[in-house]
Amino acid sequence: VNVVGEPIPADGVHHAGHSAPEEHGTTGLSNNKMAMWLFLGSECLLFGGLISTYMLYRGRHSGNLGPNQIFDIPFTSVSSFVLLMSSLTMVLGVSAAERKDFRTARIWLILTATLGATFVGGQVYEFTIFYREGLGFTTSLFSSSFYTLTGFHGAHVTVGIIMLLSLTMMLKRDRVSGDRAESVEIIGLYWHFVDIVWIVIFTLVYLIPT
Amino acid sequence: MSTIPEPAGTAMDSGDTSYLIDESHSSTLVSDKRYIVVALILAVITGFEVTLSYIDVGPFFLPTMLTLMAIKFFTVVLYFMHLKFDHKIFTVLFYMGLFLAVGVYVAALMTFHYFGA
Repeated sequence: VNVVGEPIPADGVHHAGHSAPEEHGTTGLSNNKMAMWLFLGSECLLFGGLISTYMLYRGRHSGNLGPNQIFDIPFTSVSSFVLLMSSLTMVLGVSAAERKDFRTARIWLILTATLGATFVGGQVYEFTIFYREGLGFTTSLFSSSFYTLTGFHGAHVTVGIIMLLSLTMMLKRDRVSGDRAESVEIIGLYWHFVDIVWIVIFTLVYLIPT
Repeated sequence: MSTIPEPAGTAMDSGDTSYLIDESHSSTLVSDKRYIVVALILAVITGFEVTLSYIDVGPFFLPTMLTLMAIKFFTVVLYFMHLKFDHKIFTVLFYMGLFLAVGVYVAALMTFHYFGA
């Protein structure tokens, strides 16, 4: 404990606003990280509901506007590859942050956000093509459940991009309070989660025919 | 590795609160090279999945696709999200939600006779 009664971190270096004991509760673990894992667990229920609804209604469509007719597998495969690689850049960013190399970490975070934006751009392009082919949101139960599921996922990726860019700016301006490496790790957990949700969507929605 | 609070009679008695600091930056246990290898494996599996969707493998198609999906899912969770190296409580929190979701929605789909259709 230092002269003003604050606890001294284990590494002996006092960072501005470094994790106080109350942020770790009685478990000795980070409350923020625990909250993120709990949130991700609850998100499984959200996406589980959306995926189940799609699976139920994917056969309910009119004419030639069904999944087997309109999906462009090569295009979506490239999008999936892009999102998968964004998980690699994210984990390399987390790794750099934990080595206290925040300059390199910022580069990886920007690259991750760029790959995420590419994925969202691809999704917007895909939605535009489908709409021009006559598949609107209310065209059929298939279209409603498809747009809701993939739209929710796209919204999650967009939120992730905003968080990544905000974190990058805050790291650059030294505005991150608490453990900076842990902040990068927590945003990373969210990012990897949107990747694993897409792994499930890509297989169940796109690759397995009705 | 996570720092678990020490029992009474050690650091807690001495007034040292450093044991409360979470030192679980688990990804330092894995090298960047290993992450790249894992990502390459995931990319190869994805390529295999896409190829498989174009060829007819009969009754093996669905189980193979679901297995490959599960391998990719848990590889990201265990290595990129560090659940393999992190504190067990994070594993419990996440799998609680995941298995609850799987159970609830499989049951919901069964009530609609989805699997028998």
